[in-house]
Amino acid sequence: MTYEPSTLRLQRETARRRASRRSSLIALASTLVFGLILVAVIAGAPGFDRVKSSFFSGHYAWKALPQVLSGLWLNLRVMFIAEVFVLIFGLLIAITRTSRNPLLYPLRLLAAGYTDIFRGLPLLLVLLLVGLGIPGLQLSWLPNSAVLLGTVSLILTYSAYVAEVIRAGIEAVNPAQRMAGRALGLTQSQTQRFVILPQAIRKVTPPLLNDLVSLQKDSGLISVLGAIDAIRAAGIETAQSFNFTPYLVAGALFVALTIPLTRFTDWLTRKQDRARQHQGQW
Amino acid sequence: MPTPILEISNLRKSYGQDVVLSDISLQLQEHEVKVLIGASGSGKSTLLRCVNLLEAVDDGQIFLDGVDISEVGTDADKVRSQIGSVFQAFNLFPHLTVLQNITLAPRKVHGKSREEAESEALSLLDRFSLKDKAHQYPDLLSGGQQQRVAILRAVINRPKVLLLDEVTSALDPILISEVLTLIAELKDQGMTMMIATHEMGFAHRVADELLFLHNGEICEAGSPETLLSHPETPQLNEFLTSLRGAGRL
Repeated sequence: MTYEPSTLRLQRETARRRASRRSSLIALASTLVFGLILVAVIAGAPGFDRVKSSFFSGHYAWKALPQVLSGLWLNLRVMFIAEVFVLIFGLLIAITRTSRNPLLYPLRLLAAGYTDIFRGLPLLLVLLLVGLGIPGLQLSWLPNSAVLLGTVSLILTYSAYVAEVIRAGIEAVNPAQRMAGRALGLTQSQTQRFVILPQAIRKVTPPLLNDLVSLQKDSGLISVLGAIDAIRAAGIETAQSFNFTPYLVAGALFVALTIPLTRFTDWLTRKQDRARQHQGQW
Repeated sequence: MPTPILEISNLRKSYGQDVVLSDISLQLQEHEVKVLIGASGSGKSTLLRCVNLLEAVDDGQIFLDGVDISEVGTDADKVRSQIGSVFQAFNLFPHLTVLQNITLAPRKVHGKSREEAESEALSLLDRFSLKDKAHQYPDLLSGGQQQRVAILRAVINRPKVLLLDEVTSALDPILISEVLTLIAELKDQGMTMMIATHEMGFAHRVADELLFLHNGEICEAGSPETLLSHPETPQLNEFLTSLRGAGRL
């Protein structure tokens, strides 16, 4: 027997098509109106021509590009090294904070105090305290390079955030999993390593990557200590020409740098959501 | 009489004022299967959890193969490596495949090489027709398959005693039988077991001795035939009547 769609079905399909066409038209019209208003407001502003020439000058952008790029190379190295250390320290702090070993009690206290302080302190302040305070001690055996101290500040601040994210992941693993591990004869630390941590890290990968994106862009803040990174290089160019375009160039490069990681985070989040939907867990 | 595999004497456990187990004594011989029955809250699960040291006991002693494991300072990890435990909720590790779930303890606790553990696990899976699931993750398996894997995960360590805590309670009726069949096969192979269950037909089939728990005490004990058809105590009689009323007997 062949299936003939009923009039009812055909009517429904026509109605659905009409509704979807209408949505598209509304979206298009609203985007056009919004765009026109934006252009009218900005281009109509009294200072528009001056802003245009001092922030969007192709000439200065091209001229500043090599310096800004070489500054960006410093940012890249700083962010990479900071990310590696942040992940290591964050993991160690999270493990310490969730362990029940009485021997580690003083470390647990220390870790709790550390995360409380460094999650609360603005990064700029940490940079100034570490970057200007440590050289101020005049201890000859301590390094006083702006790049190194800037990286240390980033690691100090972001390890606290990442530790809290990982700790949340550890605590989100069903306690029955720990019980099942122990019931098999696995020790406390074996259970942590083979049963709890792999599940915890999986749970928090998207927020973890989000923190790394944030760290990448904040690597530009080490310029306040005088390290010649992309932002500092742009500042030097600007100081010579009184044109702000180099800052915009640096900004565009930072965005370009973080986009791959943000897209990857989005993709991973979507994938996990789909997996969860598949299991019907909401 | 040889040394029992498991001996419990005058075990007592309470949560604050709430007495969960009072004066439990029993002996489990090698190859013996004891089945605990009783209403929810009668202490069946707590008794099993005391044996594998997931609960601390207040009074009394537990001996595993003649060794007192209820003493404070006992190496709980070592005790648990000799006892198999399976729970109502399977508790398979979701990030590991079936094969990795089964080989984790043999490799990390019993010091076997990966090859040795895997070949042993595969032959075990093959024996219970789960070999095609070896490389799948638990969430792709049916509840019955997951619970069978959980039982094999405990069995592969050759435990001196296997504790099964209401392992079919989370399964729908069609999946229950494949799990019960597996347990019956283990009995035929001589596995020493202590089982808490609500499945009376199954209890009747595998139990060498049936223990009826009521308010934390062993109220009646004996062969399944005697207990189920000629209950002596009013408590057991009432329990069986309510089961019959619910169509579970």
